[in-house]
Amino acid sequence: MVTQTASKIIVKQLSIWFGKVQALKELSLQIHSSEILSVIGPANSGKTSFLRQLNRLNELEANFRVSGEVLLDGEDIQKLSPEILRKNVGMIFALPQVLPMSIYDNVSYGPRMHGIKNRGVLDGIVEESLEASFLWDEVKQRLKESATKLSGGQQQRLCISRTLALRPEVILFDEPCSGLDPVSTAKVEESMLKLKENYTIILVTNNTKQAARVGDRSAFFLMGELIEFDKTQKIFTAPADKRTEEYILGKFG
Amino acid sequence: MRTTTKQKIAFSVLFLSTLMVILPVVFVLGTIIKNGWQGISWEFLTSMPRDGMRQGGIYPAIVGTVYLVSLSIVFSLPIGVMAAIYLNEYARDNLLTRLIRLAIVNLAGVSSVVYGLFGLALFVTFMKFGVSILSGALTLAIMNLPVIITASRESLANVPYQFREVSLSLGLSRWQTIRHSVLPFAIPGILTGAILSLARAAGETAPILFTVAAFYLPKLPASIFDQAMALPYHLYIISTQIPNIAVKTRYATAMVLVGISFTMNIFAVIIRSRLRKKKKW
Ligand SMILES: Nc1ncnc2c1ncn2[C@@H]1O[C@H](COP(=O)(O)OP(=O)(O)O)[C@@H](O)[C@H]1O
Ligand SMILES: [Mg+2]
Repeated sequence: MVTQTASKIIVKQLSIWFGKVQALKELSLQIHSSEILSVIGPANSGKTSFLRQLNRLNELEANFRVSGEVLLDGEDIQKLSPEILRKNVGMIFALPQVLPMSIYDNVSYGPRMHGIKNRGVLDGIVEESLEASFLWDEVKQRLKESATKLSGGQQQRLCISRTLALRPEVILFDEPCSGLDPVSTAKVEESMLKLKENYTIILVTNNTKQAARVGDRSAFFLMGELIEFDKTQKIFTAPADKRTEEYILGKFG
Repeated sequence: MRTTTKQKIAFSVLFLSTLMVILPVVFVLGTIIKNGWQGISWEFLTSMPRDGMRQGGIYPAIVGTVYLVSLSIVFSLPIGVMAAIYLNEYARDNLLTRLIRLAIVNLAGVSSVVYGLFGLALFVTFMKFGVSILSGALTLAIMNLPVIITASRESLANVPYQFREVSLSLGLSRWQTIRHSVLPFAIPGILTGAILSLARAAGETAPILFTVAAFYLPKLPASIFDQAMALPYHLYIISTQIPNIAVKTRYATAMVLVGISFTMNIFAVIIRSRLRKKKKW
């Protein structure tokens, strides 16, 4: 087990452009193993761009440019193959993106595509992953049913299971509860808190209360810049920067 | 005028327009069936033409058309789908790909007789396939390619962008993503487009005129290098070139041709709804 303060991810001077728009400006920070880092900030402040750089989804955009470095376990992610990187750095999107196939097939999709064929092994992975996102009890009787029939909250937890099935090290959440009701949100948060024991989690959220509830540390982004980055409690009780305080108090954004 | 009156007028006009679209079709089908159904018999469908096509059946023409259509899809479907995958999934938006797209749209509108001439020059003469099923099928395939590419591209583009993102974010390669997370969901649309284009190909005369069609050949083709009779051309011949032929023979032939297209269209609908049920999002 890694120690609490080991840096899982080190971001150095990261800048991102889409055409002429600079989405991220010389961002540097370090993310520890087994912590939840919440990223907050108003719309268009570069939160999603930051997250999608950590699994290199940005590079799908034609007009994307990047400078700076991201190290995962000390290794430059640009030197890894995107497939291996993305297997290790999973992502949950804002709206639940289940694939139109059965619950079982959704969860086992990643492992199957990465070459696991043994039915018993897959069964084990599916059960374990669904357990970890607290969905198992709700769906164990109907694994063969289409995932699209689940409720929004269940679908989002299914997406978490699907990511967990690859046994990643880092999980990126991009406003995962923006489409969910409070009860579903609570369940997703519960699973995040449980998961952080074994995973490094980065949670982008537009809900400052959620950041305060689950984040160990919080980062405040504004117009592509990292304004403040500290222990969550400090950010929410005694922010150093005036703009952080204004944002948390709901004065803009 | 009161709004209800206006509304009534508007609805009447819209309804009449719809009627005007449907009426000719009903009329055409009605005429064909009325005049043709007496000509349809098991013998008509399964025997060789005799007596300068005035007697006997249309078996070789049916077989010829089935051969042509099946062989053409063997060429056009894989190439069309692969081109569509390239254009929709890989190609970046630049001048070259825009030109290619424009060319495809325009090719779909080119008159079929032009394809016929092209097939004559390329396959019959230059590649020395002669007047044969192979030349005809290749010509039909080329004529159908733009339609298949367009239909396939549309089906691919209809697969939500998120499927690709999810797939890539799970560490699948771009090819795996296309193969497993995109293509399966596009297949109903691709197949429908392919079958509809085939139904059209089955009825075309011009592309097969110079490349395959035999005037009168009362035997079945032995290989793809043989000439063959084909339904649309046969219909043209018995309607214009042969005097004293029974009206019911002409209309029965037309009925068979329409029947083939109709059956294929029904197939397309069934396949789509079947697959859609399984792969719905
Ligand atoms: N694919 C893209 N193409 C062009 N501009 C983009 C793209 N993605 C993001 N941007 C721009 O980058 C900035 C940051 O966006 P984003 O990272 O999505 O912010 P956030 O997630 O904080 O709302 C915005 O100005 C946005 O318009
Ligand atoms: Mg965002």
